[in-house]
Amino acid sequence: MADGPKPSSSVKLVLLGEAAVGKSSLVLRFVNNDFQENKEPTIGAAFLTQKCNLPTRTIKFEIWDTAGQERFASLAPMYYRNAQAALVVYDLTKPTSLVKAKHWVAELQRQASPGIVIALVGNKLDLTSDGEGVRSGGDGSGDADVAEGEESGDARKVTTLEAQSYAQEESLLFFETSAKTGYNVTEVFTAIANAIPETSLKTTRGSNQAQGRTGDEQQRVNLNANSAGAKDGCAC
Amino acid sequence: MAEDGGKRAHLSPPGPSAGELTHIAHENYSSSQENKIQSHSSKLVTRPNVGDESNDGPPPPLPPRPGVAPSPQAATTKVQSIDVQTLQFPDGSRGTFQTPGARAMSTPVQLAANSGSSTPGRSSTVDADDAMSVMSIVAPTLRPPGDLASLMVSDMSRKSPAWQLLRSQSASVKPFETVRLDVRDSLADFAQEFEPVPGTSEQGGLGDEQRLAVWKSKLKHYMILSSSGKPIYSRHGDLSVVNSFMGVIQTIISFYEGADNPLQGFTAGGTRFVIVTEGPLYFVAISRLGESDAQLRSQLEALYMQILSTLTLPNLTSIFAHRPNTDLQKPLAGTEPLLSSLADSFTRGSPSVLLSALECLKLRKSHRASITSAFLKSHAGGNLLYGMIVAGGRLVSVIRPRQHSLHPSDLQLVFNMLFESGGIRSGEGENWIPICLPAFNNRGYLYMYVSFFDAAENTAPSSTSNSSDAVPEAIPFSPTHPTPQATSSDSIAIILISPSPTSFYDLQSTRNNLVSSLTKGPLLSHIRTSIQSGRPSLTTQISPGTPLSHFLYKSRANVQFCMPSSSPQFDSPLPRRKLMSLYHSLHGAVHARHCHLKVLHSVADDSTSLAWITPTFELYCVAGPNVSRAAMTQGANRIVQWAKREEERLFIIGGGVF
Ligand SMILES: Nc1nc2c(ncn2[C@@H]2O[C@H](COP(=O)(O)OP(=O)(O)OP(=O)(O)O)[C@@H](O)[C@H]2O)c(=O)[nH]1
Ligand SMILES: [Mg+2]
Repeated sequence: MADGPKPSSSVKLVLLGEAAVGKSSLVLRFVNNDFQENKEPTIGAAFLTQKCNLPTRTIKFEIWDTAGQERFASLAPMYYRNAQAALVVYDLTKPTSLVKAKHWVAELQRQASPGIVIALVGNKLDLTSDGEGVRSGGDGSGDADVAEGEESGDARKVTTLEAQSYAQEESLLFFETSAKTGYNVTEVFTAIANAIPETSLKTTRGSNQAQGRTGDEQQRVNLNANSAGAKDGCAC
Repeated sequence: MAEDGGKRAHLSPPGPSAGELTHIAHENYSSSQENKIQSHSSKLVTRPNVGDESNDGPPPPLPPRPGVAPSPQAATTKVQSIDVQTLQFPDGSRGTFQTPGARAMSTPVQLAANSGSSTPGRSSTVDADDAMSVMSIVAPTLRPPGDLASLMVSDMSRKSPAWQLLRSQSASVKPFETVRLDVRDSLADFAQEFEPVPGTSEQGGLGDEQRLAVWKSKLKHYMILSSSGKPIYSRHGDLSVVNSFMGVIQTIISFYEGADNPLQGFTAGGTRFVIVTEGPLYFVAISRLGESDAQLRSQLEALYMQILSTLTLPNLTSIFAHRPNTDLQKPLAGTEPLLSSLADSFTRGSPSVLLSALECLKLRKSHRASITSAFLKSHAGGNLLYGMIVAGGRLVSVIRPRQHSLHPSDLQLVFNMLFESGGIRSGEGENWIPICLPAFNNRGYLYMYVSFFDAAENTAPSSTSNSSDAVPEAIPFSPTHPTPQATSSDSIAIILISPSPTSFYDLQSTRNNLVSSLTKGPLLSHIRTSIQSGRPSLTTQISPGTPLSHFLYKSRANVQFCMPSSSPQFDSPLPRRKLMSLYHSLHGAVHARHCHLKVLHSVADDSTSLAWITPTFELYCVAGPNVSRAAMTQGANRIVQWAKREEERLFIIGGGVF
């Protein structure tokens, strides 16, 4: 598959976000070009790989698709610790999921490797009336009314503007996608591939080994649901 | 209540006229009365249907049942015979009530589960001393020649006119008729058993009354609630339907909690309720499928194990120690599909759960040995605890450290997650799953690496063996090539379990090593060939000319079982459930406490069956209704000879130890 001389390098990417926002669906769309209406929640995490061909080089994504449920939150550091890229996903029909996404961004900025490329992704664009996500939706910030959204056939609860300006402030890549239709999905990954600094690509080969060895002696990760959220860094 | 008494009553009378299940039911109660501890004579004033009916007013009418021919005649006859029931509770008290005939008519099942142990229409005798001395009850003269080969299922649905004629003239057959109709009635809804109860919000959906009726028509319910009455899980129906019942159940259970003698089960209107209390949790099984109490209890235990598997015991305990009113649904988020697929497989009937044993993929001894040694050689550290290759829930190979062995109940949870629940699918990458295996250690998590062989790997060993790269190739991005989804019974999984949360990459290289050595040689194709050829056929491969239709053989030493192909007659859910019900009742009978039974031969109008228990194996087999005892025992002997001969192909003996 590696055709000829094009340099190829691995990029470790982690997906984070609230449960059911469509992380696994985005990955499945990207890796298998497939979508399932009733995807079961991820248990733990799934590891997938997919190549992304850029004009000058091939990027091989090593993707950690994590489970969004609270009880797995304390495991997240294990996956983002050595990641070069993160995809923080929210569901643009669910304002609380953007709040959660902001928490993840903050945590990544605090604890992940300094050069990490973060993309903020608003998923389920197909549920909005502006289908392709070209223009921004009306108002309906924060706590919009459910009935109102359904009336207009537009389930959007997070405006493009709100998310986009937040992304700009934090210097994140920003996309609105639909895993269901496939809209913008490859674009997200390509943009990430392009945003990875050349320098950090040099070191990627063999990084697996290093990661495998770290922290064998560490305490068992605590999955206690009560404390999961509060103990973010505990697995380090 | 009365569980043991009930079973003894079922078995001990030397010759109750066959099929008089109603009489057995009475003996059930009367025998339990003899055992009772006459502590106090508080009479339970309760309607028989508590828990089955909402406590306000008469039950709503049931919706029309498509395709069910009502048999009022049968129902009436039967209802009369159980008109008065006596319930005994563990504290020795008893409740007597009248079963209102009208209500009985409105419920499809009355008798099927009445005795708490089941398959109506059978009765049995026992010879506890001579392992091969068996007696059957139905007069052998009823056997029309030429009908010997007829099998349980085909016979159930249609009989030759001659047989009908013969049957109608024979007085001793008559008692079966009603029961037979009952069985049909009770299982008529079986196809709908797995359909969801419609939700409230659905457009053009059903009203509350109708939804309740649908909910009630389910044959099998499982409910989990906290001791403070908070619902945790219900197999059917959303909270709006289930909530009030949870309340009733909680009230009933906690009523007995105070006494030292908690409520373990009761029967109401032909429905058996079994309750298991585990710390802060109540588990309730409500069944009209006729399992024994012990069997229902072990099903509830499995649900409890699933909860522990998600939370671990210390977490569960501390959640409730801090806040007894906690809503456990949140910490358990994502566990519901696992509980539901367990519940579904119990409802379909699972030989593995029934026998508490695992099934292996049949392989030549030398092939399995090569696979296991390749597995051992692939081992690349990572603190491996167990390694398994599993094909659609059947073990292919196991490696483990010397001091540990595998617990079937733990593996059932793992297999349920991988092969039944749809949560983990092949073609969706490798998985890294924190899991508590409660029988191994209920106090902590282990980490489970799971990867499925993709269909493509069969022919393309090169794609996975570029060992310079620790990561396997991605599935090519190709819209035309559909993902191998819906983890089928054909998919092969590599499962590697470690106590270390950071050992993913070590286990991944173990997997890569294993994949390349399996695909380099012929080993993977041996596995695939065996999967494709399926379980051996009873009549063509195992025992040509046998009168038997199906069997379960459990090797007790290996805690493994085998069975023949269920094709074609037991392929669809209903015949399969009938078969499994029969196995459940055989198993329940021979495993009843204080019942040291070695051989049980049982004859019904729809089947003949045999259970044979020895220190080394358990054999359960089923044949058509007219198979003679001699033919049956000969058939059983042949199975046992076959299993002995094939032992090292059918079972994993020891596995690979590192
Ligand atoms: N309409 C629509 N539905 C989507 C989209 N993406 C995902 N879904 C649905 O949303 C549900 C959740 O999707 P998942 O991909 O499992 O979400 P997740 O973020 O991986 O969830 P966890 O694994 O529990 O963290 C599934 O039923 C998907 O079918 C989308 O773009 N549009
Ligand atoms: Mg997911």
